[in-house]
Amino acid sequence: MRIVVPLKAVPDLVEEIELNDDGTDIEREYLKFVLNEWDDQALEEALLIKDAGGAEVIAVALGDDPDIDQALYTAIAKGADSAVKLDRGGAEGSDTHSRAAAFAAYLKDNPADLVITGVQAPDDLDGQLPPALAAHLGLPHVSVVVSVEPSGGGAKLRQEFSGGRAAELTVGLPAVIGLQAARQTPRYAPVSKVRAAQQAGGLSEVSVAPLATQPPLTVRKMYPPVSTSHAEMLDGEPEEIAEKIIELLRDRALVK
Amino acid sequence: MSNVMVLAGRAGKDLTDTTFEMIGAARKLANAWGGQVEVALFGGSEAAAELGGADTVVSIDHPALADYVPEAYEIALKHVLAERAPKLLLLPNDTVGLDLGSSLSVDWDAAQAAYVVGLEPEGDMVVATCQILGGKILAEVELSGPRSIATVVSGAFPVAEGRSDSAGNVVTVDAPAGLDALKTALVQMIEPDGGDVDITAATMLVSVGRGIGSKDDLDTVQEFADALGVPLSASRPVIDAGWLPKSRQVGKSGLKVKPKAYLMFGISGAPEHLEGMRDADLIIACNTDAAAPIFDVAHYGTTCDLFDLAPALVEKLEG
Repeated sequence: MRIVVPLKAVPDLVEEIELNDDGTDIEREYLKFVLNEWDDQALEEALLIKDAGGAEVIAVALGDDPDIDQALYTAIAKGADSAVKLDRGGAEGSDTHSRAAAFAAYLKDNPADLVITGVQAPDDLDGQLPPALAAHLGLPHVSVVVSVEPSGGGAKLRQEFSGGRAAELTVGLPAVIGLQAARQTPRYAPVSKVRAAQQAGGLSEVSVAPLATQPPLTVRKMYPPVSTSHAEMLDGEPEEIAEKIIELLRDRALVK
Repeated sequence: MSNVMVLAGRAGKDLTDTTFEMIGAARKLANAWGGQVEVALFGGSEAAAELGGADTVVSIDHPALADYVPEAYEIALKHVLAERAPKLLLLPNDTVGLDLGSSLSVDWDAAQAAYVVGLEPEGDMVVATCQILGGKILAEVELSGPRSIATVVSGAFPVAEGRSDSAGNVVTVDAPAGLDALKTALVQMIEPDGGDVDITAATMLVSVGRGIGSKDDLDTVQEFADALGVPLSASRPVIDAGWLPKSRQVGKSGLKVKPKAYLMFGISGAPEHLEGMRDADLIIACNTDAAAPIFDVAHYGTTCDLFDLAPALVEKLEG
C-alpha cells in the first residue's frame, strides 16, 4: 500500500501576522512558517497505518514552501520511507487551487492508494486541498476524518460532524482523505534523528507541470478584525484576582 | 440567470440553523441581482415544509441520499448545479462544506471563498469576507465570475432572515445514475456518547485548553471545578490528546454550551472554540497571552498564570 502525505508550510499563528504594504496579503518575507498542524496529524495517521503493517509512506511538499526541508526531514525521522520536493518550474501561487494543481500532477504520474493530508490549513482562503486534489484525480474523498484503517480492498473511516456526532464509512481505494485528527497525538522525532536525516540528505526533487486550474482569488484587502468590546481585565496578586472572580460568581448566586 | 442556491443541511431529520442563515444571506444577494433563491434538498422532501423562505426547493430523493455520504451528495449536487445553473452556491462551512466546496470548485469551475462571515453584493459580483489564520485576519475577496461558491461559517448571518411559516415550492429532479455506483458507503451513524456528564446541562463550566500543558496539570484546574461542584470541559486539543473524553469537548466539532458562567483557562479563543460557548452569560478567561483573541469575547479576563490562579481560587472557596 502506497500512502502519499502532502504537506504545507503555514504562518505560525503564535506570532503577530504582518500584512504587506498594500494590505492585500500577509507579509511572507518576515513571517515564521511551520508545518500545518493538520498535515502533522495526517502524517501521524499514515505512520500508524504503516506501523500496523505493510504500507509505504511518502511525504511530499512544494519545494518553494518556506522552510519546508525541516518538515520533510522530520517526516523521515518519524518513519516516512521517503520525502519529495516538487519543483513547479516557476509556477507560483500558495493558494489551494495552485497547490492542488501541482500535487495532482505529481500523483497522476506517481499514483497512491491513499492520499492523506490535513483537512484544512489556517490560510485556506480559497478552499481546502483534499477535495480539490480528489476532483483533479477523479477519486472519492472524505474529509474531517479521525481514523483511517485499510480493510479488504478499501478503507474504514470515521468522519466527524458537529455536536459529537460521527459516521463510520467505507471507501474504495484509491481515495483522498482530509484528516482532522490522528488516532493518537503525533509522535515526537528526536532532534538527533532529524539531524541524521538531514545529514543523510535524501530528499528527492521531482519536476511537475501543474495541471490547468483557475486563477487565485482577487483579494481586495486583509485586515485584523476590529473588536467592538474587550474583557475587563483583572489585575493584582493571584489571591486578589481569585477574590474578584469569586465575587463575580457570588453576585450571580452561582456560589454561596 | 442570477440565482443563489443553498444546500440544505440536516442534523438527523431536522434542518440545521445554518440552512436558514444561508437562505437569509441568499435572499439579500438574489434581491440585489434580480434573481431567485433555490434550496437543494436531498433524501426526502418533507423538510420543504419549512423552506418557504426560498423560491424553489430542488429535491432529489434516492436511497443513497438517506444519510449524508460525501460522494452521494457531491453527485447529486453536481447534477442540480448543471440543471439549475445558479450564479452562486452557498454551503455550510462544516463537514459538508469541507467535503464538497473545493471539489465542486474544481469540477463546476467556480471560484470559492472559504470561512465566509460576510457577503455583500456589488454590481453583478459579490464581495466575500473570509475569516482566516485562526480568526486573526479578515480577507475581502471578489467572487466575480459566472459561477461561485461560498462556504459560510455558522452564526455569521441571522437565522430569522431565512425562516418562514410557509412551505417551499418543490421541484423534483431525477436521481443521476452515479448514485447507483458509489465507492463510498455508510456503515453506521455514531451518536454522541452520553458519557459521564452532559456538559450542555451544566449551570457553570470550568474549561481548559492547550495552555494546560499536560494531563497531570489538569488536576490543578480539576480541583477548582470540584470545589465549585461543576464539570470540567475542554477545547479540542485537550480532547485530541486524550486527556478528557469527547463528551467534554466544547466547540465547533464538539458541543455548544450556554452556561450561566464559563470559566476558561489556557484557551486562546480561536473561532472553532468560540462557536461552542460565546453565548455563555458570564465568560471569564485566564490566559497569559494578553493578545489572545478570547479577550475580545470574554466579559472578564486575566493574564495571571493559571497555575497560580487555580489554587488561589480553590483556597478562596474552601479556606
